Amino acid sequence: MQLPPALCARLAAGPGAAEPLPVERDPAAGAAPFRFVARPVRFPREHEFFEDGDVQRHLYLQEVLMQVADAPEKPRVPAFACQVAGCCQVFDALDDYEHHYHALHGNVCSFCKRAFPSGHLLDAHILEWHDALFQILSERQDMYQCLVEGCTEKFKTSRDRKDHMVRMHLYPADFRFDKPKKSRSPASAEVPGDSGERSEGEAMEICSEPVAASPAPAGERRTYSHRSVSKLFLKHVLNVCSVLRILGCTWAAALLTLNSER
Amino acid sequence: MWSRRQGRLRPTVCGVEELRRRRREQEAALRKARREQQLVSKRLLREDVPEEAGEGCVAAILGEAEVQQFLRQAQRGTEEKEREGALVSLRRGLQHPETQQTFIQLEGSMRTLVGLLTSNQALLQLEAARCLHELSHSEHSTIAEACLPATSYLLTYLSGHSPDFIELCLYTLGNLIVESEAVRRQLLPQGIVPALAACIQSPHVAVLEALGYALSQLLQAKEAPEKIIPPASASSSILASTLPQHMLQMLQPGPKLNPGVAVEFAWCLHYIICSQVSNPLLIGHGALSTLGLLLLDLAGAVQRTEDAGLELLACPVLRCLSNLLTEAAVETVGGQMQLRDERVVAALFILLQFFFQKQPSLLPEGLWLLNNLTANSPSFCTSLLSLDLIEPLLQLLPVSNVVSVMVLTVLCNVAEKGPAYCQRLWPGSLLPALLHTLAFSDTEVVGQSLELLHLLFLYQPEAVQVFLQQSGLQALERHQEEAQLQDRVYALQQIALQG
Repeated sequence: MQLPPALCARLAAGPGAAEPLPVERDPAAGAAPFRFVARPVRFPREHEFFEDGDVQRHLYLQEVLMQVADAPEKPRVPAFACQVAGCCQVFDALDDYEHHYHALHGNVCSFCKRAFPSGHLLDAHILEWHDALFQILSERQDMYQCLVEGCTEKFKTSRDRKDHMVRMHLYPADFRFDKPKKSRSPASAEVPGDSGERSEGEAMEICSEPVAASPAPAGERRTYSHRSVSKLFLKHVLNVCSVLRILGCTWAAALLTLNSER
Repeated sequence: MWSRRQGRLRPTVCGVEELRRRRREQEAALRKARREQQLVSKRLLREDVPEEAGEGCVAAILGEAEVQQFLRQAQRGTEEKEREGALVSLRRGLQHPETQQTFIQLEGSMRTLVGLLTSNQALLQLEAARCLHELSHSEHSTIAEACLPATSYLLTYLSGHSPDFIELCLYTLGNLIVESEAVRRQLLPQGIVPALAACIQSPHVAVLEALGYALSQLLQAKEAPEKIIPPASASSSILASTLPQHMLQMLQPGPKLNPGVAVEFAWCLHYIICSQVSNPLLIGHGALSTLGLLLLDLAGAVQRTEDAGLELLACPVLRCLSNLLTEAAVETVGGQMQLRDERVVAALFILLQFFFQKQPSLLPEGLWLLNNLTANSPSFCTSLLSLDLIEPLLQLLPVSNVVSVMVLTVLCNVAEKGPAYCQRLWPGSLLPALLHTLAFSDTEVVGQSLELLHLLFLYQPEAVQVFLQQSGLQALERHQEEAQLQDRVYALQQIALQG
């Protein structure tokens, strides 16, 4: 198919429309038996006209190897530890560290050190757990906002909110990022690396041991497993932790060692 | 900017001819699947690539005991590396459909996996997500449905910050969406549309591409035109969200245009537009203008590189433009301005040439746009003449019957505008070409040739004489018994004999 040489130049030049030649139709043009009528055509979704193009699209999506070729072997670096206070994770690949950081230190509550998967959930948490004004207002009006993005419903209690999320949004009843304050079981281990019952524990919301003493939030009645831990013990733990970090041990192993010593 | 990612070269165990033959067979099977509306496309992100069939896969099928063991290790192991390793082994096993079945039949397995997905160990999270991704690729909707407990978390993680993880969640969601209506029925109330609308503001290209993929799968759902696209469906509506504006932004040509991302969103737009739900809304957002500029950009790219990947983007763009041009709103809304630009015609022909060389099966789609551009536009018809594009158009006639009919239709669009147009079609290759197409056996091709001849005789009477001299009557006679053509053949014979 040969294109006129001037065509490329036309494309490169500026916009413009051709001055249309005069249109002059003869009624005999549309007279029977001839039936041509100039008209734009539309094709709906499943029309067979789209067959070939759809097949090409399908083949493109199935090209697994295209993805693979782009993902190179993770570059390895000398082992290093997470610099966030209280975290002893060690890494040998930057990608792993990046994911760890985003997951565990990205959206962290500055009051209680809990980590959340998103800023949205963190904001809701701070409001509901650490804001005295919220507590006061919630006695008079519906303050508990639905956690689903885009839903503006508010509720009197977190229980009501949960019911709404289960009924209207088909969320699981044990959705891990919507734990009501009072039902926190003291046995929920805050230790990262704990491999116990996930269904009861605070899965995502880890508490790195309060290295910086968290200011006692007003109006709270939470029971932490470590609330009773003495300052001296904490200091001891920290020292051991930094030693073990150098040795590349995990937090869990550290505590296990400590526990067996006590 | 337009360089295509190269797939890893497969070991050539067979010759090029053999590969072509297999490819043709594969395409034929896929066309059949599409006709039966069984075409389900999925995307799989996988690091370990099994070698070509015959050499065996990297991982073996896992039995129930092994699956249980890996799950237990992942959940309760003491060493992190051990836990991660267990999940990696599980993930490899899940490449096999048999292992997938075993997994979902095992009590508590999904619960454990979801627990790991939401654990505080980032790398376990990632591996658990990869396991889910393998499951999402299954062809059995039961397996997709077994993943339902995980969906609220996959959606929650879309508003996180780890791009790799978000990408994985998106591809997994996309795969699950396309597989099962039950999954979609859950995801919509769970807020997938607002979650995607929030996620589309990510600066990461890989995330955007994955999002486009997931969205395209959602839009392809058979219930999409009623339940997902229309603005009236409130919180689960695509058109009521900010997604359309963002989609169009991703399609604007310029240094920020990423081909992989653009391909996905162009397909999304196509699914919305061909559902014909609320296209004036899109025109109001500037869709025509954006797509028109993108078409120009594509033509420029085609000229610069030998890249064979551009048709992946060209195809949906052509479809969107063609369908949008049928909307009455085109006349009233300012967006039409761009499409008075005759560079669009120039661009289209450059793309037609590209298709002719690389992907002839897309010629009809390009010609469809040409028809919609020229049908009601004296300006574009004049452009065809003044840019000398009639000749190249005629060169497409031999490609196939479908292409012939469309070429003839476009020529009719030009000819029906009157004598000023027909004069410019004469003399030239038009009459010889018509005499040639009259010799075809396809009724539609011949029918359209007769229509064009009629217009030519009407507005350019000198053509009659030349027609007669070149044995035109004999060409007509061939078809005088054909029911669909008889009347027109007779009428033309009369005109020719009188002229």
